[in-house]
Amino acid sequence: MEQHVPADLHGVEPPRRHRRLGRSASPYLLGAPAIVWLAVFFVIPLVTMLSLSIQTCDSITLACKLTWHFAEFPNIIGRYNDTFVRSLVYAGAATVAALVVAFPVTYWIAFRAKRKNFFLLMLLVPFFVSFVIRTTAWYTLLADQGTILSTLKNLHLVPESFHVLATPLAVIGGLAYNYLPFTALPLYVALERIDRRVMEASHDLYATRRVAFTHVVLPLAVPGIFAAFLLTFVPAAGDYVNAAILGGTNTVMIGQVIQNKFLEAADYPAASALSTVLLVLMLVGIAAYAKFLGSRTIEEYV
Amino acid sequence: MTDQQQPGIDPALWRGLTQSRTSRRGFLRAAGVGAGALSLSSILAACGTAGVSTSSAAANGVGSAEWWSQQTETKTLNYANWPYYIDTAHGKHPSIDQFQQQTGITVDYTEPINDNTSFFTKIRPDLQAGNYIGYDVIVLTNSDPPLSEMIGFGWAVPLDQSRMTNFYKYASPLVKDPAWDPGNIHTMAWQSGYTCIGYNTKYITEDITSIQSLFDPKYKGKIGMMGISTELGSAGLLAIGVDPAASTPDDWTKAAEMLTQQKPLVRSYYDQDYIKALKNEDIWISMVWSGDVFQAANYQGYDTLKAVIPQEGSMFWTDNQLIPVGVQNPVAAMEFMDYVYDPKVQALIEDYNAYVCPVPASKSIIANQLKDPTVADSPTVFPDAQMVSRSKPYYQFKNSQDLDQWNSTFQPIYTG
Repeated sequence: MEQHVPADLHGVEPPRRHRRLGRSASPYLLGAPAIVWLAVFFVIPLVTMLSLSIQTCDSITLACKLTWHFAEFPNIIGRYNDTFVRSLVYAGAATVAALVVAFPVTYWIAFRAKRKNFFLLMLLVPFFVSFVIRTTAWYTLLADQGTILSTLKNLHLVPESFHVLATPLAVIGGLAYNYLPFTALPLYVALERIDRRVMEASHDLYATRRVAFTHVVLPLAVPGIFAAFLLTFVPAAGDYVNAAILGGTNTVMIGQVIQNKFLEAADYPAASALSTVLLVLMLVGIAAYAKFLGSRTIEEYV
Repeated sequence: MTDQQQPGIDPALWRGLTQSRTSRRGFLRAAGVGAGALSLSSILAACGTAGVSTSSAAANGVGSAEWWSQQTETKTLNYANWPYYIDTAHGKHPSIDQFQQQTGITVDYTEPINDNTSFFTKIRPDLQAGNYIGYDVIVLTNSDPPLSEMIGFGWAVPLDQSRMTNFYKYASPLVKDPAWDPGNIHTMAWQSGYTCIGYNTKYITEDITSIQSLFDPKYKGKIGMMGISTELGSAGLLAIGVDPAASTPDDWTKAAEMLTQQKPLVRSYYDQDYIKALKNEDIWISMVWSGDVFQAANYQGYDTLKAVIPQEGSMFWTDNQLIPVGVQNPVAAMEFMDYVYDPKVQALIEDYNAYVCPVPASKSIIANQLKDPTVADSPTVFPDAQMVSRSKPYYQFKNSQDLDQWNSTFQPIYTG
């Protein structure tokens, strides 16, 4: 028999080799769309951005040349330090607010609701309307003499000079509202995954409802909370629509500065440098996060 | 004062209002330098943006008499304008409907322009590549760099002078042969206007006569300013008593200091959206564009809003219709641009938008046929001598360093 094997092998070798080749290439073939996607929509823009941040441009002809002008970085960090800090604080506050709102809702849907898909859909339906339109709607609702505030003012519940728009509260509220789905969905997934038998076991072991929640549900939901935090915080920190529509003179966020530098001032190097700094801040944040939490749990949920 | 000028208007002032803003040669030279610099072979450098080449529309024959003779009338027209700028009744535009009936050309009139620079930055890559930007006519202001850049880079198609009959017959001297486009080679004005002060008389009972009211602490949190570098800077210069057109970088710094001190009083820095905040009563007093407030007060029920030209004067600008390169419907574009110079048509448009009318002959039509003396007699629509003496021209940027310095002086006020 042993002698027959090489003979057989010899006979089938060409098709086998062929198969092996296909097998070794298949991961790359399957990955090709993603690789092309990443190259075209991530790597090229990223390299362009990094390159532009060290170029010098003429503001009228927009002719740019690579001058290795790194001075733009300390320059913009010094000048927009407050704006960076403000953006991170607003994004953090908005994320916490969104978590506080989303957690009870998703908990209820995951554990108590009978028609989960229906309620999940109800949670998401408002977000089918355009982002900008919803934000503008808040602008109209919260106007100084709009329906809500003028009623409160007529009832003397708030002073005449009270206003919501153009305050940090309005911007943080707008961010929390607009990014709510990004908070709610990972939370829901995490809560939905929790094995009900673990809950039963905790009750069998005389855990009260509160203890079961704090010692069983919450720890198991932590990866979902972290995923929700990432998905909300990162886009919120770079957002400019909320601050532009709902904010005022002292609520300028870094996204607005970048938008202005790109579109109005056509100052591409400064805009690229600002974007790079924002990107680095986010990467450092996420890296710290992954170290703290372990990257596997993040991969599972994001 | 010559017989060609409007009575009561000093020709020197008209010239001042309408001087050309940036040297075309300067642009082209800078463009050449930019193109040369791009020959760097580094990969990183290849990721940069290409400078503007000197091949203009004219060089390719676009806009020449021969080119125009080859163009035929198409039955569509895509027109891009600013909001609140055309007669509107029941959601329709009578002047456009009339044009469609007369010519059979379907006009897609849109209002995507809220700010010259950001609009220009968006269309710029397509212009540079020679693509159709989706519009056959766009409207840009002489106070901001994009208009002179469009002309300087050869991105504005030279007009067919034989299709400007109404224009040459009826256009006001104010917009005919303007210094920013001598001989009207590339542009025909849409409207002119003032950047002045608007306020709500419901909350502000005193008569506003000075630009200093925008800096008055008693209106804290209810003041709107414009987040547009040329507008904000000019307002600051007027406030410190400097004529913007004759200002120096030292003046800019002083004006910026004054504007920075004012910042705690300001509700927000707006572009076109200031009018919404004014209507919502979020702000009581604001930098405004004259016609917007007139329309809000007279046609939209906000009758406590009022616009005034303060004693320090107001910035005077002209918005210009032009045809961008890559145009697909050039003949229809010419026909519409000239059509609005028919005094009857202009009367319809003017009676609604109430900016500064480019067709003096429309005045009697608005007064007698449309029976609207409010517009016909308004000194900000058909300016009288006092209005003209208060009209201030904008500062002209000499080169890109000059522009950079202006921007870096005033932009941090509203982006930081």
